[in-house]
Amino acid sequence: MATAAERKKLFGHAENNYLNCTKGIKSWMFTVDHKRIGVMYLIGVTTALFLAGVFALVLRSQLWSYDNTLLTDKMYNQMFTLHGAVMVFAFIIPSIPAALGNFVLPMMLGAKDVAFPRLNLASFYLWIFGTGFLLFAILSGKGLDTGWTFYTPYSIRTDTGVIYATFGAFILGFSSIFTGLNFLVTVNTMRAPGQGWFKMPLFLWGLYSTSIIQVLATPVLGITLLLLIAEKTMHIGIFDPKYGGDPVLFQHFFWFYSHPAVYIMILPGMGVISELIAVYSQKKVFGYSFIAFSSVAIALLGFLVWGHHMFTSGQSVVVTLIFSAITFTVAIPSAVKVFNWLATMYKGSIALTTPMCYALSFIFLFGIGGLTGLFLGALSTDIHLHDTYFVVAHFHFVMVGGTLTALLGGVFHWWPKMFGRMYNDMLGRVSCLLVFLGFNLTFFPQFVMGARGMPRRYASYDPEFQIFHQWSTIGAFVLGVGILLGFGVLVYAAFKGPKISGNPFGAASLEWQSSSPPDFHNFIHKPILCDPYDFGALVYDEELDTYIHREFMEPSEQPEMEPEPQVH
Amino acid sequence: MAVVEPEHGAHDDHHDHGDFIAHHFDNAEQQFDSGKLGIWLFLVTEVLFFSGLFVAYTLYRVLHPEIFDQAHVFLDKYLGFLNTLVLLFSSLTMAVAVRYAQLGKNGHVVWYVLGTMVCASAFLGVKAIEYTHKWDQGILVRSAFDYHAGHHEAPAGTLAHTLGVSEYLIYLSVIPLLVIIGFAVYAGIAKLTDKPNASFFSVCMAIAVGGYFVGAMAGHFYMEVTDGGFGGRSEAAAEMMAYENETHSDHEPTNKPVDHHDESAVDQQTAESKVAPYQGPQPDEFDQDIGIFFSIYYCMTGLHAIHIIAGIAFLAWILWRSILGHWRSDYFGPVDYVGLYWHLVDLIWIYLFPLLYLID
Amino acid sequence: MSHDHDGGFAHPAPFKLLLSVFIALVLLTILTLALSSVDLGLMGAFGFWIAMSIASFKAALVMLFFMHMYWDKPFNVLVFLSSTLFVILFIGLTLTDTSHYKNTIDEYPRQPDTSTMAP
Repeated sequence: MATAAERKKLFGHAENNYLNCTKGIKSWMFTVDHKRIGVMYLIGVTTALFLAGVFALVLRSQLWSYDNTLLTDKMYNQMFTLHGAVMVFAFIIPSIPAALGNFVLPMMLGAKDVAFPRLNLASFYLWIFGTGFLLFAILSGKGLDTGWTFYTPYSIRTDTGVIYATFGAFILGFSSIFTGLNFLVTVNTMRAPGQGWFKMPLFLWGLYSTSIIQVLATPVLGITLLLLIAEKTMHIGIFDPKYGGDPVLFQHFFWFYSHPAVYIMILPGMGVISELIAVYSQKKVFGYSFIAFSSVAIALLGFLVWGHHMFTSGQSVVVTLIFSAITFTVAIPSAVKVFNWLATMYKGSIALTTPMCYALSFIFLFGIGGLTGLFLGALSTDIHLHDTYFVVAHFHFVMVGGTLTALLGGVFHWWPKMFGRMYNDMLGRVSCLLVFLGFNLTFFPQFVMGARGMPRRYASYDPEFQIFHQWSTIGAFVLGVGILLGFGVLVYAAFKGPKISGNPFGAASLEWQSSSPPDFHNFIHKPILCDPYDFGALVYDEELDTYIHREFMEPSEQPEMEPEPQVH
Repeated sequence: MAVVEPEHGAHDDHHDHGDFIAHHFDNAEQQFDSGKLGIWLFLVTEVLFFSGLFVAYTLYRVLHPEIFDQAHVFLDKYLGFLNTLVLLFSSLTMAVAVRYAQLGKNGHVVWYVLGTMVCASAFLGVKAIEYTHKWDQGILVRSAFDYHAGHHEAPAGTLAHTLGVSEYLIYLSVIPLLVIIGFAVYAGIAKLTDKPNASFFSVCMAIAVGGYFVGAMAGHFYMEVTDGGFGGRSEAAAEMMAYENETHSDHEPTNKPVDHHDESAVDQQTAESKVAPYQGPQPDEFDQDIGIFFSIYYCMTGLHAIHIIAGIAFLAWILWRSILGHWRSDYFGPVDYVGLYWHLVDLIWIYLFPLLYLID
Repeated sequence: MSHDHDGGFAHPAPFKLLLSVFIALVLLTILTLALSSVDLGLMGAFGFWIAMSIASFKAALVMLFFMHMYWDKPFNVLVFLSSTLFVILFIGLTLTDTSHYKNTIDEYPRQPDTSTMAP
């Protein structure tokens, strides 16, 4: 029970918060506060997104016509490599876990910080150095033209900046490992007293599964890249056939990490969507344990399917069959999630706010991305579709349509918690619409092109494909405008938006039992442990215009009927 | 359920538990458990980091057993054995150091950690002898492999020649020598400026790094006595080689080259016919890709050596905090964690030793 | 073990135990070395597996007593041992495949070599 004044202190808009409790650039550079590190990560990955996004637009401009000479073939190769490498290593992998996860994870556990705050900061600086090395490949004037996969033997022969880039990816790998390790330990040892594994929000299950992969798979990337550097500098004869090495072995090494890494990219996104769907449907999530365990199942199955990237590499038939069969099983836990989200919305009180719009586009786009994956997992069709635009469209539907959409939805969801101010919901929805339309316009034609045989990574093409490429290019710019609009809406809100109280959306997980923005110590009080999807436990506080756990209200103030929670 | 607890002031970091408990932990045990799980997870990443090299090793050994048969004679199993003993002993001292940290006896921890560090450096010393001996003979990675049998003398007039060691060894030894000098000088300065702890620490560090020279001298002495060790060049190696070549065909059907490389079968025969005045393996007895074995050897042992060096750095931190007397029965985590890391380095060597040195 | 300390989570291993483990490790190392030097009839085909078994036994001793697994939380043990599972998976699946295209690599023209090795 708490008086109105206390409630205002606990759940209102906090003038003194983690953002302004200490001042000066040093207080940010040397902070070990998970919230500040999360915000810095968010700024970092956004920068990487813009950079790689500009690369993408340059690529699309080159492809506007089949004989365009905007880029030379060499420049085109470098451009798509940098687009891929920066997007994968510097943006998608750290995006949701390191930015949103860092901010939200300890608060969802009712903890003051992650288990190893200094390691967390180290991880951020490793991200900066790693990205710096990756980009140094451009600044050094050499560029990088191997594709983000660094396949041997080409990566050994080319004289572009493979060593800088691989070293950058190596460092980024350690950044990722440290984040994952930190999250695993934090979830294991720092849950609020009484918070069992199945009282955790599903976002944490997503992050936990992601972290398992990060810890188990990323070291293999590390050794792979070190061996590649050694091969390139000393010709040790492990990957280079000229010296008796095995170039396909590199693919095994690379995909032992990079296939699980695909799930590093999507699992946190799925976690975010589980939160958004439940909160904006105001309904207990359907099949909690199924969603939770499907995350772990995807993480573990992800280790058994790496060979499906190598169907045309000369891999033996038996191994190919095994990998193909296991690939199909990944569809099961993924579908479990989608059906559970849909069932959660059924008869819920759905509010089509910006985050919810993003969540709905996620389900649609991820559905298409996942289902087209089956064509690529099936051997007979993959031989035809391998290395065509069909593959490009497939993984962009999952990575951009999935992860980026989930990231945007998550950022819109937690933005008011981060900065204590509300964004313009209508403009947010417009940005979502632009992203959704632009995205589909970009990548739907690519499915068609791919199925008709347009190979990926080509700077020019047959005239018959031009119309698809032009749609795709228009779509890419629309997508870019949509993301920029979303970015503008958020940045404006962070500085000028209307001030907002602790829990405007009526979410029941622990991070919302705090002021907005949160205090330096996250919670001024001990948060009351409740089921993260028990929305009935919340009551609306008119004075604060926010939702508060019923135990904080005076008995007289509690309404007899629960009002339908309304979202602004 | 206590609802509102106006506990500490919002920005008051000082809590009422022990000195070394970070503000975000409730108690010492939670902090210890977190650290322990963290270090175990870190060890998992280390195992998977090394796993890539084990995959490369297994693969080339399964596909090209003849290369491994030809190459292992260059590795001296007795030097490997010596190094195994050194590492096992360092693990023992580390385990005892953890025990005393748990009992809060900081003085004991200092000595046992110092012992561990001396062993670590000695291991590197022996390794330096092994490496430089191979470099002298041109036993390098695949592309640079240029084996030439025979004794390698440093050019007359050089320090290496006077000492009767490899030139490369002189270059390698400069690093630990500079470190020792640095710590010795700092020990003196600290003594003069009345910082007894820093002075004592520096003396310990100088001793710890000095272990390198103990190891190097032991390795060098062994090489002198056995006239270049039991790998490669000496009479003893010649006999072993001849013996093995004879016995190979009788007892090791599985490890024999599968007649895949025509030349390797021929090599085998020429080697067998050369029993009498044997001068060590000759270059033309090898498969062309024998350098791949040494690529893998250098990658594995090199990465392992880097981990030893990192371990010495971590141990130095433990040593410093032991001198300051930080460990108590409810706060000994760092010693335990560094200990676990150190044992993992030992574990990896336990596998590397038979995999690399004891191929038959 | 000694639970009498106020922390309650420290398990100092007895000195004698640690010393005996060390002696066992040394003896096992000598055994491996001896087995590899003296060519017994049963060595050879099984030599590799015998050496690996001894190494694994040594590793088990180090883990159980030096690394305190014997007294540790089961979860930590599970975490660490699961890493070996993934290593086996990695080695196993890679190995099933590579012999398939071995000939292609063996026939690939080698870099002309400056060394004195036979062509």
